[in-house]
Order: sequence, then structure tokens, then C-alpha cells
Amino acid sequence: MPGFMPGIHVFLFPGQDVDGRDKPGHDGAGIAGVVMTYIAKPKFQHPGLKKNALGFTHRDYEGKISTLCAGCGHDSITASIIEACYELSIEPHRVAKISGIGCSSKTPDYFLGNSHGFNSVHGRMPSVLTGANLANRDLIYLGVSGDGDSASIGFGQFAHSIRRGVNMTYIVENNGVYGLTKGQFSATADRGSKNKRGVMNTDNAIDLVAIALQLGASFVARSFSGDKTQLVPLIAAAIEHKGSAFIDVISPCVAFNNHAGSTKSFDYVREHNDAVNRLDVITTRDPITVEYAPGTVQVVEQHDGTRIALRKIDADYDPHDRVGAMSFLQKHAARGQIVTGLLYVDPDSEDLHSHLDTVETPLNQLGAKVLCPGSAALDKINASLR
Amino acid sequence: MPVQEPISSINDFVVRFANVNGSGSASANEMFARSILRHGVPVSPRNVFPSNIQGLPTWYEVRVTEDGHLGARGGGVDMMVAMNPQTWDKDVASIEPGGYLFYDSTKPMPTSKFRDDITVIGVPLTAITNSTYTDPRQRQLFKNIIYLGAVCALLDMDPKLVEQLIGEQYKGKEKLLSSNIHALHLGRDWALQNLKCPIGLQVKKADKVGDRIFIEGNSAAALGAVYGGATVCAWYPITPSSSLADAFGSHCKKLRHDPKTGKAKYAIVQGEDELASIGIVIGASWNGARAFTATSGPGISLMQEFIGLSYFAEIPAVIMNVQRAGPSTGMPTRTQQCDILACAYASHGDTKHVLLFPEDPAEAFEFAAQAFDLAEQLQTTIFVMLDLDIGMNHRLCRPLKWDDARQYDRGKVMTAEMLEDGRDFGRYLDVDGDGIPYRTYPGTHPTKGSFFTRGTSRDRYARYSEEGSVYADNMQRLVRKFEGAQDMVPRPLQANAAKPTKYGVLYFGSTAPAMDEAIGLLKARGHELDRMRIRAFPFHSSVASFIADHDFVYVVEQNRDAQLRSLIVNENGIDPVHLIPIRHYDGTPITARFIAGAIGAHQDQLKLTPLRKVKS
Repeated sequence: MPGFMPGIHVFLFPGQDVDGRDKPGHDGAGIAGVVMTYIAKPKFQHPGLKKNALGFTHRDYEGKISTLCAGCGHDSITASIIEACYELSIEPHRVAKISGIGCSSKTPDYFLGNSHGFNSVHGRMPSVLTGANLANRDLIYLGVSGDGDSASIGFGQFAHSIRRGVNMTYIVENNGVYGLTKGQFSATADRGSKNKRGVMNTDNAIDLVAIALQLGASFVARSFSGDKTQLVPLIAAAIEHKGSAFIDVISPCVAFNNHAGSTKSFDYVREHNDAVNRLDVITTRDPITVEYAPGTVQVVEQHDGTRIALRKIDADYDPHDRVGAMSFLQKHAARGQIVTGLLYVDPDSEDLHSHLDTVETPLNQLGAKVLCPGSAALDKINASLR
Repeated sequence: MPVQEPISSINDFVVRFANVNGSGSASANEMFARSILRHGVPVSPRNVFPSNIQGLPTWYEVRVTEDGHLGARGGGVDMMVAMNPQTWDKDVASIEPGGYLFYDSTKPMPTSKFRDDITVIGVPLTAITNSTYTDPRQRQLFKNIIYLGAVCALLDMDPKLVEQLIGEQYKGKEKLLSSNIHALHLGRDWALQNLKCPIGLQVKKADKVGDRIFIEGNSAAALGAVYGGATVCAWYPITPSSSLADAFGSHCKKLRHDPKTGKAKYAIVQGEDELASIGIVIGASWNGARAFTATSGPGISLMQEFIGLSYFAEIPAVIMNVQRAGPSTGMPTRTQQCDILACAYASHGDTKHVLLFPEDPAEAFEFAAQAFDLAEQLQTTIFVMLDLDIGMNHRLCRPLKWDDARQYDRGKVMTAEMLEDGRDFGRYLDVDGDGIPYRTYPGTHPTKGSFFTRGTSRDRYARYSEEGSVYADNMQRLVRKFEGAQDMVPRPLQANAAKPTKYGVLYFGSTAPAMDEAIGLLKARGHELDRMRIRAFPFHSSVASFIADHDFVYVVEQNRDAQLRSLIVNENGIDPVHLIPIRHYDGTPITARFIAGAIGAHQDQLKLTPLRKVKS
């Protein structure tokens, strides 16, 4: 099958560099217990490292050393986020990282160390992100969540943040279990799949992608933590997208859900992955140098000028057809296939700020001069109340 | 049977209107109240409405009070305008002996439906209305203005003052203006020609209103949020706080749009529930905007987890709690002061929160505005504790004031310049000894000042830590911070009796007007009391001093479990025997009669039996 990382999943962190901001001994040990967080990460950057348009290297987009289990899918997603931000030449501190509670929600500490992060409350990342976004429309909002966080306790907030069209990149790191609390089934676990102890899940699964489509998300994608080539451009395109961008990333839990009988294990996902397209994100600076065979590429222009080149794998798949996408997903799910790629995009989407018609200046920069109506206005109000 | 003397009173009586909810009567009844104000006579109106929409009874009770007693009077009513057949029996029973019953006499009523100790006044309202109007909606609306006109004649009110009000309300709408004036006079003229006018209850011009304004508490609180610089409001509808969020929207439409572009300098989001609402508030505040939500008891219960996050992660938030009778759904349209403990100690673990207790719309405006400064200075949740009585009724209060020189106090925020200068930044580092650290807004500086916000314990530099000493140190700093708040929040206000006395009374919020009146009633009975109105928690040291200065202190509150008393005992280590609870909690507003009766009874007892004083 095209486009997959062959063989065993590789831990994608560059060597054994550790971050000077880290401190020894804390953050709890992962299940494997072999994480060397007691070694401080040196701030030294190799002079040969590539730089992006802002003069930053990959290192400038990293965070602390992960304390997740060795081989955790989430760490690959972290690496993809780092890569995407680097390629887009984003100023790291202009990103706000917001998460809920869970293994996935710990990951914002492991990327973009110079950004403010907020590990909030279980299932409530979307509301906190929405509020943060309202306060400052100019930052980039990365919402990181898990399947427990977004498909159970946070199902309502997931839905309503998308309904509102909050300008965000909402990533669910989906492993079918509650990793942090030792392996209970989550609501995305497929019916009939088995947990580590052999117990079968009898509840129907929630497909967050299908629901995001139904709720009107203007950018919907699914990917796999083991497929960085597919995932990195999806994240980059989501960040550039204006509106609710939702990515469901299947991210196997090596501790609790990577066994036979799981439908979210590395093996299962590789065998059932059905990618409908591949992406290249073209920022306005780069000239298009890649040669595309005629008829295989669809260029989607986003409102801010960035372009997405969609290389079709499935000739029938149209990412502009929301209803078609929903049918496609249903049909393929019935056959046990996991559809990945950019599943839907509306390049002309709007976001919550445009719906509310807020001023261009971020609300958190408005001072008393423009916010306070003053005593003269108050006297008029008093007069009208007599 | 002796004939009951009809009540005779100038500018001191209670009129209650009994209407069908949704009949358009609210506008006419409010006009009645406002026109009495225009006579220079204070009024205190109160809505009593059902938890439902059209078709159920609603009452509007207007206390006309030249002496300016703005609390509910209690007892029966002096005049009942009975416009709802469904509640007829109850309404007639509530009239004081010697009082007046006003009703629609178009259809004949059996004499058993009346009483012989009241004056019955019938006006054929339906007949008058139907002979003039044909459209059903017009008939419904103008019938109200017609009875208003008749009542004006009966009470000897100046019709020109009512006309002036109608003129202001329908300014620019000539057709509506003239038809309302016409309806007013239809009723008035019929009454003058067919009834004995005026009756014993009369309104005479006085000069007792002054420059006071007439405003609903929720509207005033919302205006305070505008003046206080709130830019984000997230809310979920619940009675009686919805009108606060609605008012914020209306005020912002008028006051917060960019004059050039017309764009909004604010964002209002109706959340999918209270958890989303408080989450949005916290996210916005974390990111440097002033944000608030408005809710009631059930919403507070839902918000507990986020409130704890706000306390421990030290993120500002303003919650306006318009309290109603609980527990659970309780009585959504009845007033109470029953969330004191739920708010003071909100969330699991060791928490304490700042509460503000405004007494009326003027203080609601001031405290709402101040709440945003306090939230950012203290980096925590501030509760503005209103209740249905203040929030959903019009109250006469002093005009709202704003000092144009006043700046917003954003608290300790470290800027990019300060970080560039090399200032040591620790998110939970106590630099001044007051327990309040510096924070940074997201996006401030490329390489300095970022940190991870979370509800887990961490050290002074926001680094994750489960070490016991680190946690305890942080918890102690939070206590230090909270104690410092007592000098930042509104002070209690004390008023002493003319003569020294061993007895005192503590009260707060909407109890205030009834308390002021009750002091006079008690004095007439020979009981002198010093009083102190508490305006915030943490309690200022003067509260403990006040209690220490008296043998017994009454604590008057509108809840079953004497929650404020419990809070005082708990926080100040006071022996409960010194604090005598006076509790009113049937959902009606507390009255001076009740307070004076309850305290008077205690006082009488204390005087009768020499007590062994318990020394703690």
C-alpha cells in the first residue's frame, strides 16, 4: 500500500539531545521507565542544522523530553507538529497550545517550548481554547486532545467548538484507550475489539471524523502517527486553515492497545489504512518545483494565499463534497477500512471572529480608552433612568 | 358587624397588580410605578412571576413609600388590581381589611366573590376596550392602559405626568403615542364620571426622589462589566441571570462598537452549558482579556471543577451569581441568598474564594466593575453575589458614577520589556511578600516568559513537581494571598445606634433596605442595635471587632442554614453562641416586619430572663 512507513515504528527525536529547561527526576516515569529525563537537554545547536525562513532550526520548535512510553504514537505526532511548524516558519511563541487531560494532553509540554501551554481540565480543552481565541485572534491555536478527552467526557465541547467554527487546529491523538489511567476502553474503540486482558468491547464506536463532518467542520482529516509523510502536511494545512480544522490521528498505545485483537494497533492500522490523497503545502514564498503528472493533482487555494496540492490516490474521492465524504467513510468503515488523508476542506470558510464581527485588534490589547464609555455617557444613561 | 373603615393613606401604601403572564401588562404596570416617581414619591416595585411563559399568573407589587422604605413591606396589600380570574380568590384574600379591590366589571360576579370589609371598585374594562378596538392584540394591550388610566383617577395622580412618560416611550411613533394617550383617558374619564374619585389611597406630589435613578440590578451589573472593561462574556441561560447577559449585549451594542468600522469590541458566546461558559471565561482571562459569566445556583454547581482550576492555577475570572432558591432546581423564580458556602468554598480540596455582596443596583454596578480589577490583581475567581430580588426588579438608587481618571488595574503582568531587562520570572514566585506572583500573557516574548499552565502542583517556576514541601509552600502562599484580599475588597459599613448598646446585627446584600426600616421599627419598640453591613468575603478585621464589641450579634440572612453565620464562625473562630441566626427563606423578599419581629422577640426574651453569659 502506498505511502506507509515500513517496518517497526521509529522514535523520531534527534539523538539524545536534552533540553536545559528540563529538570531532573520529575514528570513521573512512563510504563517502560527508560526515559532519561534526569539528563538535562543541552541548548547547544549544531551549526549544520537547516534553518527555515525565520532563521529557526528544528530545535527551536522542540519542548521538553517526553515522559511517555518509548514507542508511543503520540511522540510521533509531536515530531510531526514540530516539523509542520518549522516548515511553515511560524514564530514559536505565537502559538498557544491547549490540551485536556490524558497522555495526549501531556504532549504540548514536549513541543514549542517557547509557547504558552495550558493543560486544562478533562474534556474541556475546546472551551478554554475558544476563550483564548476570543481574547487574541492573532495567535495560532493548537488544541491537543485524546479520544477519552474528546469522545467521552468532552464530546459536547468537541461538538460545539466545531459548530461555532473556532479558528483552531484540533488534533485528537486516538488510541482507543485511556492510557493514563491504565487501559480502559475509550468511546472510539471499535465494537468487537479486545483489550489487553482479552475483554471485548460491546459498545458501538464513535467516529469523530464522521461527526466533525456532520457538525460543519471546514477542514477534516484523518491520519496515522506512523505516517509522517501524510501527517506533517495535514497539520501544516490545518494550521493555515481559517476555521475549525479537525484531525483524527490514530496513535497506537504501546502499553495498552497494541496487541492482536486491537483495531488501533500498528499492525492493524497498517493493514487497513486506505489513504485517499496526499498533500503538499505550498506557502506563498516557495515556487512550485514538484512535477505533477497531469490530472493527478488538485490545487486548493486557501483564503490567506497558501495553497494545498492534493495528490489523489483514490480517483473518485472529492474532498470538497461533504456528503460524499460522509458516505465514503461509512462504506469503507463497514468493510473495516480506515480512511485517511484530507477528507474535507472548504477553502472559503469563516471563523467565529468573523461571525461575531469583532475588531481587528485583539480584544486583549484594547485598553480603558476604547472600552470604557466614560462619565458623560453614564450621565446620559442616568438621565434616561429617571 | 361594624363597618370596616377604608384605608386612608397618602404616599404610603401597597398596590398589587395580578395579571396573566404575557398579556402585555408589564409595560403598563411599570409605567404606573415610574409615573409615581415622577410625582417625586419613591416606589419599590417587585415582580412575582411563574417559572413558565404565557398563560400563568404574574404579580407586580408596588410599594409607594414617601419615607423611602425600599424593602418589601409585608402583610397584605392595600389595593389589588385583579386582572386574572385564575387567581381571584387568592388575590381577594390578600387585601388588608379596609383595602380596595379593582376589577373588570364587564361580566357580573356573584357577591360571594367579594368581601364586605373592602371597597369594591368595578370598571367595565372589557366593554370599554371592545367598543373602541377591534384587533385582538390591540384589545389586549390597550385594556392595560385603560385600567392604568382608571387607577390614576382613583389615586388622584397627575395625568400629565403619565402622558409625559408615554410620550418618552413612544417618541417618534406618533400613531402609538396618540392611541396610548387616548386609552389612558378612556379609563380615566370613565372612572371620574362613574366612581368616587379619589379613594382613600392617594399620591401627592413630593420631593423625595431627588436625582435617584430607577434601574434593574442585572442591567446595572452588566453596565458595570462594560465600564470595568470586560471584553468576553460566555453564558448559559438560567433564571434569574439570563437578563444580565442580555443586558451586557444591549449595552455593548450601544457603547462598544468601533465608531469607524462598526465592529464589536467584545465577544459574547452562549455556551452549550455552564462548563463551557466558565471554560471560555478562563481561557480568555488566561490570554489577557477581561471575561465573565452570569449564572445562578445550579450553574455554580456545574462550574466547581473549573473554579478550582482558577484557584490553583491562579487564573482570573468573574462569576456573577444571581442567586435563587435551591437546592437543585429549587424555586427558579424566587429569591434567596443560599449559595454563600457553595461559592466561598467552591471546588474540592482546600479553596477559598472572594465574594462581593452588593446591596442594590448602584453597588452592583460598582462591584461588577471592581470585580475585574480584583480578579486580575488576585489572579483568581471573584464572585459577585447578587440575587433575584436585586437582579430582576427595578430599584431606586443613587446615580451611577465613574471617575474618568480611573485606570484598569491589570495586576502583575510581566511585559516583553521587563523580560528583556532580565527580570527573574517565576509564574508562582512571590516577589512582594503579598503572595501574588507575576504572570505573562501568551505570545509576549520569543524566548522568555512562557510556561505551562496546569492544575497539577508545580514549583515557583511552574515546573511540574510532586514534592510535598513544594506543594505545601504553594498552598501557604495562596492563603497569604487570600488574607491580603480583605483590604482590597469593599469594607463593611457600620451604623451605630443613638445610644451605646450591647446588641448588634450583621446583614448583607438585598436584606439592606428591610434592615434599615427594621432598625426604626425596633427602636420604636425600645430596642437599640448597632448594625454592620458586610460587603465582601474575606471578612475585614472590623467584622471580628464588631462581634467582640457586643454581647450578642444577630446575623440576618435569606437562607435556611445560616450560611453567612457559619462562614463567620468558621473563618474567624467565633463562638457560635454569640451569633444569633435570623433566617428568612420562603423565597419572598425579606421584610422589615419580619426582621423587627424576629429580633424583637429575641430581645424581649433577653430582657426578661437574666442569662448566664457564656464566656468562650
